Amino acid sequence: MHLLKRQIAARKRYDVLFTVVGVIALMIGILTFAALFADMAIKGLPRLDLDFFTHFPSRRPGQAGILSAWVGSTLVMIVTAVFAVPLGVAAGVYLEEYARKNWVTDLIEINITNLAGVPSIVYGLLALGLFVYQFGFGQSILSAGLTLALLILPIVIVATREAIRSIPQAIREGSYACGATQWQTVRYHILPYSSAGILTGVIIGMARAIGETAPIITIGALTFIAFLPPAPVQAAPPFLSFEWLFSPFTVMPIQMFNWTSRPEAAFQVNAAAAGFVLVCMTLAMNGAAIWLRYRLRRNIKW
Amino acid sequence: MSAPDTLMKTELLMQEPQPAPTGEKSPPKAEVQDLSFYYGDFRALKGISMPVHERQVTALIGPSGCGKSTFLRCFNRMHDLYPGNRYEGRIVLHPDNTDLLARAVDPIEVRMRIGMVFQKPNPFPKSIFENVAYGLRVRGETSRRRIEDKVEQALEDAALLEEVKDRIHKPAYNLSGGQQQRLCIARALATDPELLLFDEPTSALDPIATTLIEELIHDLKQRVTILIVTHNMQQAARVSDFTAYMYLGEMIEFGVTDELFIKPKKKQTEDYITGRFG
Repeated sequence: MHLLKRQIAARKRYDVLFTVVGVIALMIGILTFAALFADMAIKGLPRLDLDFFTHFPSRRPGQAGILSAWVGSTLVMIVTAVFAVPLGVAAGVYLEEYARKNWVTDLIEINITNLAGVPSIVYGLLALGLFVYQFGFGQSILSAGLTLALLILPIVIVATREAIRSIPQAIREGSYACGATQWQTVRYHILPYSSAGILTGVIIGMARAIGETAPIITIGALTFIAFLPPAPVQAAPPFLSFEWLFSPFTVMPIQMFNWTSRPEAAFQVNAAAAGFVLVCMTLAMNGAAIWLRYRLRRNIKW
Repeated sequence: MSAPDTLMKTELLMQEPQPAPTGEKSPPKAEVQDLSFYYGDFRALKGISMPVHERQVTALIGPSGCGKSTFLRCFNRMHDLYPGNRYEGRIVLHPDNTDLLARAVDPIEVRMRIGMVFQKPNPFPKSIFENVAYGLRVRGETSRRRIEDKVEQALEDAALLEEVKDRIHKPAYNLSGGQQQRLCIARALATDPELLLFDEPTSALDPIATTLIEELIHDLKQRVTILIVTHNMQQAARVSDFTAYMYLGEMIEFGVTDELFIKPKKKQTEDYITGRFG
């Protein structure tokens, strides 16, 4: 009897051991992020006021703000979403629902997965040659948005395919048995039921894109800019203007990078504040993804 | 207009069902002629020929893997959804003598004429109303009025209206398994199919829900021809007018249900229905 208890206790020691190892591993990750975030927050928070958001960068650190950076980031993200979402979703739907399964689609599938792992600087160089010079879009918001759209396209495609694959075949058969065409099945079932997964993938992709620096620098974003792109809405007809697409710009991570490379200590504080804002933007996007997934999946059960 | 209001009117409009022709005098609704079916190189059905009599229930029985579901799914060209499948022979649908398996015939046209109810209830994750209205919507019906009428009629015909009329716009997944299956029947009925296919419709249901479905099938044959796959011989005996016994992709015996169960002509059929085999 005694022997059995001792033997169990000896075996259970490994449970304790692994728990300790696991907690340490987890803490290294979480605490590192928490420390960085706290450091940034403590340094940057005193700088965070309304003026910081409404002022252009300046040579005087106390007056410098992130107005052009956050407006630039927002506009670039809009362009990215407008191009990446329809292209990625259409490609994903085609691959899952329409394409015949053969070696060509296998090859495409492998390549898409690989594309997701291509370093972002490579996309930057491609975009410099293609969008900036070949298409003549210049060092503009449009070029940047298209570049980041390329970058997150594989993420959107993969997310779309995963979401579509989770729809049971019985739903498709039920739809076809009612006399539906392929497009009707996609339109009334596949897209609505996979929208939660697709949206999550899109937002995760955008959260990655908003922090990208290398490809944006490559295509020539400015680091110091004291004006905003032309407004998209005008008082006079035709009311809508797309001039802003071709405007020079900067984005949050570049503004940060610019400030950290300055010698004055006061600019470091600005960089910390901008970093805090950028992390909050990313976290907010991920939070939105989780919330949307929960909301949209609530009504879908099979 | 509120749902219960329209319901009453539909009930008043309900017509007395026409008595169905009985026994072998009923003309065939469809004729299967030397049908073979291949999954790639595997020949799953081997030269099947049989009639499907109009406004009668025809049951397909046989041990697991004998090809009865495969056979059923030929009728609405479900196999066209997957690559590598091939049909040989004909399934002629009367009165217009359309060969359902012909290349020139669009599978969508076939599925518009022939409804199907699956083994596991597969309601769409939409409202009860939208589930039943789906067949009408894919046909391009836009009149709200006509869709509402059709949906109510179909739910009534599927013996579901009473239970769901207060929550017709609520999600269908809140229904019980048996109700979900009757919803799937309503979905198939809403577009007035000429032939209704049932693929083991009660195998996922409890005995009470099964009884309801069986009664429903019995009532439905007044207006629609029914082909049902079942692994349950008692069920075949209870609901069907004709029975076909299949084994290893072949049609062993086809006949009037009572005769087939009481004095089968083939030894193989007798062994199966008496439980000596299978």
